[in-house]
Amino acid sequence: MLERFIPAAASYAGDVDQLVWLITFLVGFWFIAAEVMFFWLIFRFRKKDGVKAQYITGKEKHLKQWINVPHGLVLLFDVFIIIAAIRVWVHIKQTLPPADRTVRVTSQQWAWTFQDPGADDSLDTADDVFTTDELHVENNKTYHFRLESKDVLHSFFIPAFRMKQDAVPGRIYTGWFKPTRLGDYDILCAEICGIGHGVMGAKLVVETADQRATWLAAHAPAVDETATDATATDAASTDATSSDSTSAAAGQQ
Amino acid sequence: MANHHDTHDHHDGAHAHHDEGWFKKYFWSTDHKIIGFQYMFTGMLLALLGAFMAYVFRMQLAFPGQAVPGWGVVSPGQYNMLITNHGSIMIFWVAMPVLIAGFGNYIIPLMIGADDMVFPRLNRLSYQLFFVSVLLLIASLVVQNGGFGGAWTAYPPLSANKDFNLTPLGSSLWLGAVAVEFVAFLLGGINFIVTAMNARAPGMKAFDVPIVVWTIVIASILFMASVGPLVAGAVMLLFDQLLGTSFFNPNRGGDPILWQHLFWFFGHPEVYVVLLPAMGIVAEVMTVFARKKLFAYKTVIYTIVATGVLSFFVWAHHQFVAGIDPRMANVFTVTTVLISIPIAEMCFVYIATLYGGSITLSTPMLWALAFMAEFMLGGVTGIYLGSSGADIFFHDTYFVVAHFHYTFFPIAIIAVMSGITYWFPKMFGRHMNDFWGKVHFWGTIIPFNGIFIPLFVLGAAGEHRRIFDYHSFPHLATPELQSLRIIATVSLVVMLAFQPVFLVNYIVSMFRGPKADKNPWKANTLEWTADSPPPHGNWAELPNCYRGPYEYSVEGRELDYWPQNEKA
Ligand code: HEM
Ligand SMILES: [Cu+2]
Ligand SMILES: [Cu+2]
Repeated sequence: MLERFIPAAASYAGDVDQLVWLITFLVGFWFIAAEVMFFWLIFRFRKKDGVKAQYITGKEKHLKQWINVPHGLVLLFDVFIIIAAIRVWVHIKQTLPPADRTVRVTSQQWAWTFQDPGADDSLDTADDVFTTDELHVENNKTYHFRLESKDVLHSFFIPAFRMKQDAVPGRIYTGWFKPTRLGDYDILCAEICGIGHGVMGAKLVVETADQRATWLAAHAPAVDETATDATATDAASTDATSSDSTSAAAGQQ
Repeated sequence: MANHHDTHDHHDGAHAHHDEGWFKKYFWSTDHKIIGFQYMFTGMLLALLGAFMAYVFRMQLAFPGQAVPGWGVVSPGQYNMLITNHGSIMIFWVAMPVLIAGFGNYIIPLMIGADDMVFPRLNRLSYQLFFVSVLLLIASLVVQNGGFGGAWTAYPPLSANKDFNLTPLGSSLWLGAVAVEFVAFLLGGINFIVTAMNARAPGMKAFDVPIVVWTIVIASILFMASVGPLVAGAVMLLFDQLLGTSFFNPNRGGDPILWQHLFWFFGHPEVYVVLLPAMGIVAEVMTVFARKKLFAYKTVIYTIVATGVLSFFVWAHHQFVAGIDPRMANVFTVTTVLISIPIAEMCFVYIATLYGGSITLSTPMLWALAFMAEFMLGGVTGIYLGSSGADIFFHDTYFVVAHFHYTFFPIAIIAVMSGITYWFPKMFGRHMNDFWGKVHFWGTIIPFNGIFIPLFVLGAAGEHRRIFDYHSFPHLATPELQSLRIIATVSLVVMLAFQPVFLVNYIVSMFRGPKADKNPWKANTLEWTADSPPPHGNWAELPNCYRGPYEYSVEGRELDYWPQNEKA
């Protein structure tokens, strides 16, 4: 259903879409059954001259089934939904597959700053690439992201990945994704963060290894214009002060 | 409390009031009916303000950047202010006062056969505090730097720090208004509970009490049990704002997520606080106009209690992706999805009540049936959001906005309309016009779906909420999605265009409508045995109660109803 509007561009996006389908089938069944029954009863039992309503207490066994059986079925359907929902959740939020690369995502009123580890693939080294409002990732590589906020709550939302996570000042959250489809996608801030909330977007570029190499070469720190020295030291010092604070994701440690 | 007497003499009916004076009668009254009206009219006036705000921000979304007739160009700060106060007003100053305080005050004593609330002066104080909260709220909108714009959930640090929200005065006045309002409802809640427990007519046992009284009382208990942490949180937040304390400031040892727990520990039960009275109203109306006994009265009571208890254990479903320990999401997914069981069961019972009925589609009944039909869509879409794995995507998108409007709109507007049109003859001794009532009904229900179905689709497309203009997000700025936004806004304008039909019908009928007798709908509950409108003190002689409220179409009786106060 979701893929009708936005492509599924991460390894786990399909899992979320499947879960949504499952829920749609199960609750859709109930919804339609209940509405049809409801309107049919209204139609069937419209007031007719000379016909009196029946006196039913609800204690009659054969009638009580109309409540008890659906009741049991709702419980059964609920169990399916819960199991499916938790499986998807645990996969996305409670497991952390080994990373090919780690990026830092810093939010502030009202911009996103991304720190790419550069050619050496290790964060906080001299060749790191800083960009504002644009994140480049390589297709089919597992990324960890370290999410931070400098001021208020923000939320890192990539609809095409089916991924969302709030950024909380004072904490570092580590999450993951694995892009599986080339292209440009929206990054949104999904938590109200002040008057600039409505313009706090960024671009996500999923590209091939070659494209990434070209991009890195063009943005190597010496010639980089988007990130100033101040941003670089600022981000590094944020890390130094907060690296010993607890990660929000206790289950991930 | 059958033997309660107010300080002044009121038992000789309407005559005693002539020397009371207008102000004393309508503004300083301790009569539960007048206080009910005060709450209801204040709530209805604020609903107009809340709806106007929705109109302004929806116009901005459909036609971004263009001047909105009646407002002008909407700035991002104004947009945030409008959605924040729209949400706060609709929940705290419309749904709560109209459903709980308005209907609760008006109908509880009448339905249980009492002459007034047990604590009439506390009741008066409750409304007066509520009125103060309204003044604070209005003040918060007009002060320098504008009204608060940090969403009705007021998450810190944004809400706590004026450097972040840019509205030093607006934020604190808004928070103060909310806090004062809660105190007002606490006083009201105590009154409802004590009155329903102690002042019932002789012979009225617990299971003879009409469902709507049960629901308002249980809602009051839920409210009182959940609001404490929020009031404490609100004071802490106020201190953070005004005194520079750091309860929620992470740079000085505070924790912004603590606020979310305090807020939602209250905020989720709050959903049921307003849902339950709405379900209660619908139960009364459906039984009367289907001439049917409620299918399984006791099951309804048990499901209300079960829902109430469970509602205290689901709050963190609002925080799945907020940075809480992710293992918590599993627990809250289980509780949240399971709460669907009592709610679904309640819906089944209501649907089953229609079976074998003799249904008249009068205006109140249309509203009650529409409540069920629409609320069920709100209910099932909640499952998507309670399922942690799916909520990763849906959280804070328009899917959520559509979902909760499919619950709140039926609650605060549809069920309220059902109650207003149903009790109107009792309240004012006159009938509303049925034809115009139905015009208003269809003119509201059809556009309602036109507003919010497109929003489900927008949410599924990833549209996030609280955004004043989607131009910054290429994948959301497509013409396809923009046309959905326009459909929603046009539907809203159509819906608003039909509201004067109601207002005129309401006001004209109040003075000119055909006279109503005591029991125009041939209903069983005790309020229909009092005069229409009931005098101060309600009855010259308080009624006794001999049976349950839903004995309709009993076999072997000539009449198809059997008032609770009739001996045989
Ligand atoms: C008159 C018809 C209504 C319309 C067209 C409407 C529309 C909307 C829309 C579009 C939003 C989202 C704004 C945004 O996120 O940018 C919103 C927010 C909200 N609405 Fe309504 N609404 C209506 C009635 C109600 C009612 C009756 C209630 C509750 C009783 C309600 C409660 C809320 C709440 C709590 C929010 C969240 C505010 C926030 O994000 O802080 N609305 N409304
Ligand atoms: Cu934001
Ligand atoms: Cu909730």
